[in-house]
Amino acid sequence: MSKRGIVALKILAHAACLAPIAWLLWHLYLSVTSDPTALGPDPTHTVTFSTGRGTLRLLVITLAVTPVRRLIPKLAWLGRFRRVLGLYAFFYGSLHLLTYVWLYAGWSWAAMVDDISQRRFITAGLAAWLMMVPLALTSTTWSIRKLGGKNWNRLHWLTYTAAISGVVHYWWGVKTGVKTPLTITVVLGILLLARPILRWRQDRTALRVQRSEAA
Amino acid sequence: MLIRTKGEIPSSEITPKSVYMNRRKFMAAAAATGLAAVAGESASRLLRPSSAQAAEEKLTTVKSQYSTPGLTLTPFEDITHYNNFYEFGVNKDDPAKNAGRLKTRPWTIQVEGLVKEKKTFDIDTLLKMKPLEDRIYRFRCVEAWSMVIPWVGYSLSEFINACEPLPSAKYVQFISLADSKDELLPWNAGISWPYSEGLRMDEAMHPLTLLTFGLYGQVLPNQDGAPVRVVVPWKYGFKSAKSIVKIKFVKNQPSTTWNDMSPNEYGFYSNVNPNRDHPRWSQKRERVIGAPIFRQLQPTLMFNGYGDQVASLYNGMNLIKEY
Repeated sequence: MSKRGIVALKILAHAACLAPIAWLLWHLYLSVTSDPTALGPDPTHTVTFSTGRGTLRLLVITLAVTPVRRLIPKLAWLGRFRRVLGLYAFFYGSLHLLTYVWLYAGWSWAAMVDDISQRRFITAGLAAWLMMVPLALTSTTWSIRKLGGKNWNRLHWLTYTAAISGVVHYWWGVKTGVKTPLTITVVLGILLLARPILRWRQDRTALRVQRSEAA
Repeated sequence: MLIRTKGEIPSSEITPKSVYMNRRKFMAAAAATGLAAVAGESASRLLRPSSAQAAEEKLTTVKSQYSTPGLTLTPFEDITHYNNFYEFGVNKDDPAKNAGRLKTRPWTIQVEGLVKEKKTFDIDTLLKMKPLEDRIYRFRCVEAWSMVIPWVGYSLSEFINACEPLPSAKYVQFISLADSKDELLPWNAGISWPYSEGLRMDEAMHPLTLLTFGLYGQVLPNQDGAPVRVVVPWKYGFKSAKSIVKIKFVKNQPSTTWNDMSPNEYGFYSNVNPNRDHPRWSQKRERVIGAPIFRQLQPTLMFNGYGDQVASLYNGMNLIKEY
């Protein structure tokens, strides 16, 4: 992929990642000016669901980058997109947290403490966001250098736990019997298995090469 | 050459005009936002879904002393496009989308159990049994959203009197329609059909409990539980059974769908109670449907604001334990 191609794709990636928030802001603007129904009958829910879903999708897309690169070595340049995707996941996660703090808890500290301690789906959600904070803070190249590649990689395994926590948050938040979180769970499951499977394939190939060289 | 003649397309396959006109409208809206269409198309499912064939038949109604004054009505559009009716799908816009196939005539309610004799009431007889009243009630879903709905009906007690239950009847059970021809009955609702609900006899006989035939002065739209349902305004919405086909008078507390599915979350009584949280979310506040985003949240009232009229039914009961 040429340098110009990457730049073009990066612009596209930014545009795609900003699309949901642009949609929300536009409809928010409409809802407070001309059309009170612009965010649907339950605007709080619309905003919360949209930002939450965006967070999970972006986390999952970020996690898909490396398996795809391993499977299709020609797409190695995709690695340059991990940071932008991950940061957008954090961005939407933070927006999602903000909608909770503002629209559900009404900035009430008491309400938040009550929810975090009693409502396990909120505990799981908060945990997921907290896990993303160090990842966002160490997203810079300077951090990679300071921490060293190996440590940085280890820290960023938190992406997996944040995604798992996020999916658990989703399951615990829906009504009993509802199965809407199933799709994202399956996708995340595949990605969780992808790395060890790809690593196993890699090791097997290396072993075969080793053996044929020794022979 | 295959030429389709008119007779070959069943009328059930023909998309009602209102449905495809609305679908076009919001596909156009989604496309207009360009890239946002990718995000927007699925997000717009949360907005204005297409409508089922809304029944427009007007009903003759009288005022009622049991109507709740001083409330802002939820727009008709919201009441008919945002609700739970899992027989037609588990998304909030599914009932409006899919309830068009529900046939509300012929319709009967079978009455059985501890009654003088088994009876079958035709819906059109029921509509004429007593004067239809306009009753504005608060409606509070267990999911912590709420509406104000102008229902049309008369007290269930009038109907119960016509059923002639025996003194041994302590509870009333409501069975809703479960017919795979008329309804989707999706597997992913996790419900074993038919939907069953129930009330204690004194709750059923309370004048506020409404045998409901309409809203906003017209016949109930299919997606809101046509042609006849029950509304119990001081309880969480799932207690207000829809599209009722059978009423049974029984001695013991009947099994009710949500209580069976998840007894620690959904109790038999399920009175609206801000002091008794759902295990997974708080019931202290609710989101008013149709309100602008920064003014949606409001505190939940005990018994949904009907405590004056119904609290005495629960004297001596621990409502945290018996939720």
